[in-house]
Amino acid sequence: MTKRTAKLFGALTGAAIATVLAAAAQAQETVKIGLLATLEGPFAAGGQDGMRGAELAVKERGGTVAGKKIELVKASSDAKPDVAVNSTRKLVEQDKVQIMVGPLSGSEGIAVKEYSKSQPGVTFINGGSGAQATTLLNPSPNFFRFNTDGGQWMVGLGDYAYNTKKFKKMALVAEDYAFPYSQVQGFMAEFCKAGGKVTHKAWVPLGGKDYSSVIAKLPQDVDALLVVLGGSDAVNFLSQYEQAGGDKPMVGGSITVDQTVLNFKGKRRESLLGTAAAGPMADSIDTPEWKKFVADYKANFKDGFPSPSLFAFVYYINMKAALDALEAVKGDLSGNQEKYREALKALKLKTPVGEITLDENRQAIGPTFITEVAKGPDGVFFNKVVKTIPKVDQKLNLSKEEFEKMGLGSRDVPNCP
Amino acid sequence: MSAAQWRKAMNFSDAGRNWSGGRPVAATPSDARSATRSAPAAQAGVSLGRLWSHIRWRHVIVLAAVLVYPWIASPFFTYQIGAQALALGLIALSLTFLAGYGGMLSLAQMTVAGIAGYIVAILGVSGTPEISLGWPWWLVVILAVAGATLAATFIGWLSVRTEGIYTIMITLAIGMAFFYLAQQNYAIFNGFQGFQKVVPPVVLGIDWRGPVPFYYLALFWALAGYFFVKYLTRAPFGIALQGVRDNARRMRALGFSPVAHRVAAYAVAGAIAGIGGVLLVWYNGLISPGSVGTSWLINILIIAVIGGLRHPVGSFIGAIVFVLLQNFAIDLIDRERFNLVIGLGFLVIVLFSPDGLLGWWDKVKEWALRRTGGRRSAGRSNEWRSVGVPQVRPVGRQ
Repeated sequence: MTKRTAKLFGALTGAAIATVLAAAAQAQETVKIGLLATLEGPFAAGGQDGMRGAELAVKERGGTVAGKKIELVKASSDAKPDVAVNSTRKLVEQDKVQIMVGPLSGSEGIAVKEYSKSQPGVTFINGGSGAQATTLLNPSPNFFRFNTDGGQWMVGLGDYAYNTKKFKKMALVAEDYAFPYSQVQGFMAEFCKAGGKVTHKAWVPLGGKDYSSVIAKLPQDVDALLVVLGGSDAVNFLSQYEQAGGDKPMVGGSITVDQTVLNFKGKRRESLLGTAAAGPMADSIDTPEWKKFVADYKANFKDGFPSPSLFAFVYYINMKAALDALEAVKGDLSGNQEKYREALKALKLKTPVGEITLDENRQAIGPTFITEVAKGPDGVFFNKVVKTIPKVDQKLNLSKEEFEKMGLGSRDVPNCP
Repeated sequence: MSAAQWRKAMNFSDAGRNWSGGRPVAATPSDARSATRSAPAAQAGVSLGRLWSHIRWRHVIVLAAVLVYPWIASPFFTYQIGAQALALGLIALSLTFLAGYGGMLSLAQMTVAGIAGYIVAILGVSGTPEISLGWPWWLVVILAVAGATLAATFIGWLSVRTEGIYTIMITLAIGMAFFYLAQQNYAIFNGFQGFQKVVPPVVLGIDWRGPVPFYYLALFWALAGYFFVKYLTRAPFGIALQGVRDNARRMRALGFSPVAHRVAAYAVAGAIAGIGGVLLVWYNGLISPGSVGTSWLINILIIAVIGGLRHPVGSFIGAIVFVLLQNFAIDLIDRERFNLVIGLGFLVIVLFSPDGLLGWWDKVKEWALRRTGGRRSAGRSNEWRSVGVPQVRPVGRQ
């Protein structure tokens, strides 16, 4: 090896010592909060909006909490769990953040939760990730999640589809990974219990382009389709389904019927009217709290979306929870953050969609909104809130025994052919 | 030119020294093969004393620095910067060996490493017990490296008949094929989610997951890989490989089989990448299709190129620079613009020194020698370029 390497190592060591000293000197006046979202990769736009949501929560407090200045240290990942853990490790071990907010996507959340177990001195609060397993299986004592998960987001929709829309037999098209498994479980747990049948399940790979073989296999004797696809997958499937002459009504997942799909051109667009979906928020919630949140978002971020996205919303509530609890303990993070964590557990978080509390696994219990695609007076399609289910818990509002008997959602769970 | 000249020219990493350990070399071309064959005997005869004479102050300083490093640096610098750079450097080393000494630019080295990682996850213990078989770690690691070597041999066998840009294309295609296989196969590769909780075992009462033990584990294999490549490039096989790189037709005329040498080079590089892959999966604690995606195939190439393909140490220097940029670029500039810093950093290195950072090192040395009026300013580093055969650059023969 060369002298260059030696010099580099020397420089590294110097930098490490300097940073440690700097961090120790600063800790008194400011509170350091790490913020991780995906600024690269497939969710780059969503990650950026997530950061806007978190910044909004900080701005609402004027950048201070309990008399201390809030210092945000940002990091990025690209929706890959290994990158998320590397970025988190940098924030925690190098930048010495005291509270960590993030990451954005499901498998990242599970990986960061596992990492949090090795850092008992830091409190981790989720950003946007919605995988059930994060807080349900081997939860970490210092990992908190104030947003509901992918399963909770669908509670109430199964009942709505069976009893209000009168769908008795359905077929399913969903992407083949953890998040759609949770979404499908949230839907089917109720739908099957009510007496509905899901006779055909098509699990498709993420990022698929050609759905012709999937569409050809869909049975004709069903009342509706449950479509749990996101982004370009949803657009591709819907346009190919239209071209193949499909005419079944649809029920969508939480990220299926978003603005990209609603702006979709073609004959099929009209048939989207009445498509039911569910999620932790909706653009058209008619409460003053929600309207204020949307107005604040628009006022603060001229370069943002027309209205806050799902990611901006979940990052906002998680960051707000971090700051509210910090205010409650007057910025006291001593004793391994013991008091702070107690405050987080006891927090009754006021959010734009209503109150959110935590369960014994430090997982959010909050409302779910059932929506239907409607046509506004100006001809613009939007998701109209038709029903609100308050206080949905992680067991999908089932009893503990019932939920444990069913187990975690997967390709074959639940099943009612 | 004579065989002696040729051999001297082949031995470009240190043209001043004689590769066969100071033994007078055969002077007639007809004797070239037998001389190459008898080289191991000569090498074995090299005494420890001769080995000592190769050790310079810089070697001692670097070795001491990397050994002491975890005791000075924070756990973060030990693990995330040190150990990650060593594991990535080892994978890039396999590419340096292939491209620098064999003239074959393979983009599939991360795929080979990923295959080893997946074997560790599938046969060993992971967070997905429905798929993982839970075999003992030592068996899993042996099988992983063997599997990676086999896969690399297969990739080599497919791609050695192509040259230059076609090698890049075919290895990229193989890499992408494996990426999509891993992403869409659920029975074996667990699809999009991959495997979590793939951790190093606890052996001899030491938890190898800890920053310091893992750093030393990575360091051991990095040094082993480095010295192995250093040795191999001077062994008859390595000399012949460089001959194949520089002029395959002449080597065939001399009775060597270029195809066999190239495939063997792929196999050797595969074993090195396989070890790197095992370290990397343990470092990350997980493996998913993203770990073998296009971005990582390219990243390995970037690491090897910014370090410099001329010498095995280049891959480790490149890995250190790469890891530092990945981690700290975001502190220099806000938000999503930090990738710009990374890109600019690479651009500057490649623009001002086509040989990577190693090229800078040589320029600095030459400049210093010229200033002090040193007699060796003939430019040892340039010796390899003066070989009397047309294709002498390590990368991109033709």
